[in-house]
Amino acid sequence: MPMRKTILVACGTAVATSTVVAKSIEEILRDRGLDVITRQCKASEVASMTSGVDLVVTTTPLPGNLGVPVIQTLAFLTGIGKEAVIEQIIQALKF
Amino acid sequence: MNILDFLIPDSVALHYAAADSKDVIAHLGKLLFEAGYVRETFVEAALDRESRLPTGLPLSGDVNAAIPHTEVEHVLKPGLAMATLSAPVTFQNMVSPEEAVPCQLVFVMALDQPKAQIEMLQEIAMVLQNPAIIQRLMSAGDFEEIRAAFSNGHS
Repeated sequence: MPMRKTILVACGTAVATSTVVAKSIEEILRDRGLDVITRQCKASEVASMTSGVDLVVTTTPLPGNLGVPVIQTLAFLTGIGKEAVIEQIIQALKF
Repeated sequence: MNILDFLIPDSVALHYAAADSKDVIAHLGKLLFEAGYVRETFVEAALDRESRLPTGLPLSGDVNAAIPHTEVEHVLKPGLAMATLSAPVTFQNMVSPEEAVPCQLVFVMALDQPKAQIEMLQEIAMVLQNPAIIQRLMSAGDFEEIRAAFSNGHS
């Protein structure tokens, strides 16, 4: 059975940035045959949204100790270090 | 889809001599307001959001960018304003706000529904990842040159 992993994507207002990041992550990981779904929220909501989440990816700072791995990155907006972040995400998800 | 589908020609400021980041946000917000895209409350809301949740993005080339935006209730219809600055002004880094980012390219996004206009930011992100387009934007003297820069190498 393939494993499905859930990524919570956070940004400041959840108006645009987290959506773009989430879509980009989904496309890249699915292209590699990895089964992921994403959810989005504001940074201020993350602490109450981590149930059932395998990884949090955020473009803004988050409070510490969420009990879930967190990756902070602008790579899906700026392209800088994108390959490395994708590897980091795949490792954190333990596919 | 192209960034030109969102960019409002009357809301583009080229070689704008901004005093600081607040000045450029206020200027572009005013242009969006005058063009009928945002409410009068937009500028104040965008300034407030920028101070709490900054939008500076360090890029791979010489020019860095910022993408100020704010909550949907201040927006009447989706559109995009843009400024190239004659000299960089300081924004704070989106992912590490304690870090100052000298920015010379600013996109102010007017988004009227959460998750609705993601193509706008997707197109901006594509531009931010293309130093050749950024160079052409920075040297553009009029909107036709902006249009040409965005049209090249874009479907």
